[in-house]
Amino acid sequence: MNTSRRTFAGTANHIVLTVLSLLMLYPVFWWVGASLKTTAEMSLPAIWPKTPIWSNYSKGWSFTGEYTFTHFFGNTLLMECWNVLGAVITSAIVAYGFGRLRFKLRGFWFSILLLTMMLPGQVTVVPQYILYNNFGLVDSYIPLVLPHFFGGGAFFIFLLVQFIRGIPRELDEAAKIDGSSVYGIFARIVFPLLKPSLVTVAIFTFIWSWDDFFGQVLYLSSVSKYTVGLALRMFVDQFEIQWGQLLAMSLLSIVPSVVVFFLAQKHFVEGIATTGLKG
Amino acid sequence: MTALRKKKHTGETNVAGYVFISPWLIGLLLLTVWPIAQSIYLSFTDYSLLEDPKWVGGANYSNILFNDSVFRKSLSVTFAFVLFSVPLKLFFSLMVALLLNKNMRGIHLYRTAIYFPSLIGGSIAVSVLWRNMFGLDGYINQVLAWFGIQGIGWITNPHTALGTLILLGTWQFGSTMVIFLAGLKQIPQDLYESSAVDGAGRARQFFHITLPMLSPVMFFNLVLGIIGSFQMFTSAFIITKGGPINSTYMYALFLFEQAFKHYHMGYASALAWILLVIIAALTGLNFLASRYWVFYESDGGKAK
Repeated sequence: MNTSRRTFAGTANHIVLTVLSLLMLYPVFWWVGASLKTTAEMSLPAIWPKTPIWSNYSKGWSFTGEYTFTHFFGNTLLMECWNVLGAVITSAIVAYGFGRLRFKLRGFWFSILLLTMMLPGQVTVVPQYILYNNFGLVDSYIPLVLPHFFGGGAFFIFLLVQFIRGIPRELDEAAKIDGSSVYGIFARIVFPLLKPSLVTVAIFTFIWSWDDFFGQVLYLSSVSKYTVGLALRMFVDQFEIQWGQLLAMSLLSIVPSVVVFFLAQKHFVEGIATTGLKG
Repeated sequence: MTALRKKKHTGETNVAGYVFISPWLIGLLLLTVWPIAQSIYLSFTDYSLLEDPKWVGGANYSNILFNDSVFRKSLSVTFAFVLFSVPLKLFFSLMVALLLNKNMRGIHLYRTAIYFPSLIGGSIAVSVLWRNMFGLDGYINQVLAWFGIQGIGWITNPHTALGTLILLGTWQFGSTMVIFLAGLKQIPQDLYESSAVDGAGRARQFFHITLPMLSPVMFFNLVLGIIGSFQMFTSAFIITKGGPINSTYMYALFLFEQAFKHYHMGYASALAWILLVIIAALTGLNFLASRYWVFYESDGGKAK
């Protein structure tokens, strides 16, 4: 009797979760269909159009003609490479300092680090803009890329510190006996062990900076430097919005994030789950 | 001898420690501390980027607090957003996390499907999608028409526009959910086993084990959720542009427009400081209140 009750509960779970998943994904299905529709057909409830307009994709891609989405995707991906590189390397370095080394005022700096997580970006955005403006760096990628080279953000440092604390200290001691310096221990032992967490850092950095519309609006003004997000906004601001083309291009704009997510799906959820967010 | 070697070693790690944290430390000084100091100063000035800042004393603050009706509007809109969106998101993400915290076949698929809307997060692409779906001719109204309901322009009606943005925020509860899931995984299973032996049912277990053990994670999500909601920008900027009649004029959007549309840098800095004070006060209140409902194991079981 116990087993049959359990299978019943199991089936009920599957049903609830399936319905929920479909409900969550429904707007996405609709989105795919709508990207192949004419504007007139857009408002019809059918998900799939009678005759799919594949040219929404080619026309949308060539956009203004002067710059195509090849250009915008290229810009965004190049920026992403730097962001991910910066975040992965510097967050590991800083986390090792906080997680393993005892130095003066360590506790103080660590609480400052945690405090910055709660600082709303709005407080620094205006003076930061002025700072970059004074150095003539507005309308360049520097303001968007540079912050990732300063430890990649408090959240990642915190995540990695938690992970490093879980690595047995005996490994460090053994390396020390073999004559390794702290720098050697970091490079040869801790950094390689951090790989799974660093994948999480890389994915999050990629996705978050891909989606960082605020920063892009603020710092990029010439169309030649536009990211995919900014190019999409140009679409929205047109007098007559070509919805089919716009939805087609916006769908393509999420593809990189989705691909990155699926490639590293396992690390993603497990990465957060195992680092331990206990209060 | 040993003491000496030990001391020398500490000196070494002292240097090494600062070498390792230097990327973050430099960034902190350059991109946080200096801008914060600058921002305090600017909030007492009139500054348009073109001329040097002009000292105006507390004029920005008094104008904002006593004369600016848009400030009051955007603050109330933002509070309404936070008040509805944060609890809704917490509730849904906890419920779904409980459902997903099981070892069953296909669980990874379900997790991915439910996380998906959050993966594409605050991107402009999603805002575009939402804007179309909830438009007057949008998909939502067509579905309502099946049931004989005459739809309205959800994003062009001042009574429903904010609700539409709240719905979008709730749809993307994935990150909060993942954190709950991580918390659930850390609850020791033997607590459930021993309480089952004592005859506790599912509901009792939920209220006496799951909820108290999860309270630190709940607190973490609550604090970050409030801070995040106060800074909501992209969807208000793209979907509604703050309208209609400022019904979705979120604080972050107001601040952005003051600074980068009208170039009122001093005024915007004062707005930023007021925001900081509000968030700090709310976070402080949360921390105070947390004493009564957040349970830490190290307290020796004093859950309230």
